[in-house]
Amino acid sequence: MQAALDKKVLLEVEHLKQYFPVKTDSLFKPKAYVQAVDDISFKLYEGETLSIVGESGCGKSTTGRAILRLDEPTAGKVYYSGTDILGLNKKEMRKLRGDLQVIFQDPFASLNPRQTVKQILNEPMAIQDVVEKSKRMDRMLELLGYVGLPPEALDRYPHEFSGGQRQRIGIARALAVNPKLIICDEAVSALDVSVQAQVLNLLKKLQKQFGLTFLFISHDLSVVRHISDRVMVMYLGKVVEIADKKDLFDTPLHPYTRALLSSIPVPNPELKRERIILKGDVPSPINPPKGCRFHTRCPFATEKCKLEEPDLRELDTNHMVSCHYAEKFM
Amino acid sequence: MMTENNKPILEVKGLKTHFFTKRGVSKAVDGIDFNLHKGETLGIVGESGCGKSITSLSILRLIPSPPGKIAGGQVLFKGKDLVTMSEDEMRKVRGNEISMIFQEPMTSLNPVLPVGEQIAEALRMHQKMGRKAAWEKAVEMLKLVGIPSPEKRAKQEPFQLSGGMRQRVMIAMALACTPEVLIADEPTTALDVTIQAQILELIKDLQNKLGMGVIMITHDLGVVAETCDTVAVMYAGNIIEHAPTEKIFANPRHPYTQGLLDSLPKIHEDQEELQTIEGSVPSPYNMPAGCRFATRCPHQQPICHEQQPELIEQNDGVKVRCWMYTDHWTAKSVKEEAVK
Repeated sequence: MQAALDKKVLLEVEHLKQYFPVKTDSLFKPKAYVQAVDDISFKLYEGETLSIVGESGCGKSTTGRAILRLDEPTAGKVYYSGTDILGLNKKEMRKLRGDLQVIFQDPFASLNPRQTVKQILNEPMAIQDVVEKSKRMDRMLELLGYVGLPPEALDRYPHEFSGGQRQRIGIARALAVNPKLIICDEAVSALDVSVQAQVLNLLKKLQKQFGLTFLFISHDLSVVRHISDRVMVMYLGKVVEIADKKDLFDTPLHPYTRALLSSIPVPNPELKRERIILKGDVPSPINPPKGCRFHTRCPFATEKCKLEEPDLRELDTNHMVSCHYAEKFM
Repeated sequence: MMTENNKPILEVKGLKTHFFTKRGVSKAVDGIDFNLHKGETLGIVGESGCGKSITSLSILRLIPSPPGKIAGGQVLFKGKDLVTMSEDEMRKVRGNEISMIFQEPMTSLNPVLPVGEQIAEALRMHQKMGRKAAWEKAVEMLKLVGIPSPEKRAKQEPFQLSGGMRQRVMIAMALACTPEVLIADEPTTALDVTIQAQILELIKDLQNKLGMGVIMITHDLGVVAETCDTVAVMYAGNIIEHAPTEKIFANPRHPYTQGLLDSLPKIHEDQEELQTIEGSVPSPYNMPAGCRFATRCPHQQPICHEQQPELIEQNDGVKVRCWMYTDHWTAKSVKEEAVK
């Protein structure tokens, strides 16, 4: 996508680190940290969908939460339209939250069960004060229309809705304050495929309608392929590859991305593929391997990989990869 | 692969499992039939609430009762009906001749017992093995499912193992008594894809070695395509289509199966918009009189709302529960469909 070159950067993440302390057995032992996100940098362009993929514990959700300052990051910078949001005070941050919204995975846990849909939608509008009080009712009905829920929904409680409908309420709530960026953290993962398809179509439609930018966090590569413009693959707190969607799916350059893509079961029994099955489990992020973090499971690992950490290099236009030997897959 | 000439090892005939609650009777499983042969892998797919897990629990009589009850039908295992069997006899079947792997290994393993001990327990119970022999067999099983340093791991408790390893322990336990039927209820749903690939490979490999029949319950059509010989698609407590895997994916017959396959995002191609199925599943407390999919079906005719179709075998062996494939369907509209 050449267009990316002249696109405006909406969000820029620089050297973001998020460490969480863990309990140690003894007072005198050095403190241990889960290095959930360890020095990652990337840009998000206006109007695009960037997906973060990876397996449990790779740091994809932590990245989303750190950007929103739901957990205060350990180090790094996050620029939103040029301002470093990590330096903002509480009041300024609250103001900015109108631009940055989030949709969570579990529609059962992310809606207050004791609020009606009306209250759920009204709250962000009141806090951000984006709509005059007298016009809020109209705005709420408009929002329900966008996400395909009937007006009667306003007086009902979350438990009266199905999973897919609840996710629509979550989307309406995020839209209520006219955001620019929505972080979708596994937003469709809890839904059945037919419902998932409805919600994905809705997200795409709304993106076009309102020029939204999405940071889409997911472990499901088929969904990612459908919704994204660019894809970033994470492994154990590091970015291993970022590329335009087509390049990533057609010519993955990192051995981990290649293994990940080949392990997805494809609903087509005719298709016979060569499958790369990785050995072993993901190592612990408390004490990640030295050198390349993937070397313990990588079929191509050499001495160099055990000692030297690879940099994220741009090997092709907009195709960045962190592997010493990525050239051999080009 | 399927062996047509052999008698099936497991025959489910008209199985009905209903839940009697304050709200009324929930017909979670409402008259399903299928056969499983030795060495065959049968996939049962469907979305949340379609009754696929209740089916598997009913086979082993693990339905919490009350409120659940097997309200009718038979489950014939090697000719004996599991539904009417005494609890004592049933216990000899469970975990021994028919075993089960559950979705979440953390909740199905005993959290305070070393994993080796949990496997050995099954062997002592069912195979009347001695303590030492059972332990040795347990370690051997852990080795078989690919757990590194099995002697050490056998002494550890579940929380000391990773999710993938726990699922391997579950498989080792399920296979310890060399069962003839293995029921795997979403065995890889809680796992990451790279680990899922390992586990599916392992189940396939062990099936080839031990020749058991496998029932694979899943909502993931990708897993089905890669592991199953035949597939039964469930919708609202019924099997609506049952066919060899290649046929279901190449040429789905039932409008629901078609809709389900169309709504999947494809990994190898780009689509602007995904197909969706309009409407929602009927409540299990209040099933419609006609076809249960009728209200959401793009091809619906009056007969669909009046009477429920039977699961009927077509010329090529595909079974489908839909009026479109019967003589009751008006020919005119079939032509219309063809034009579409």
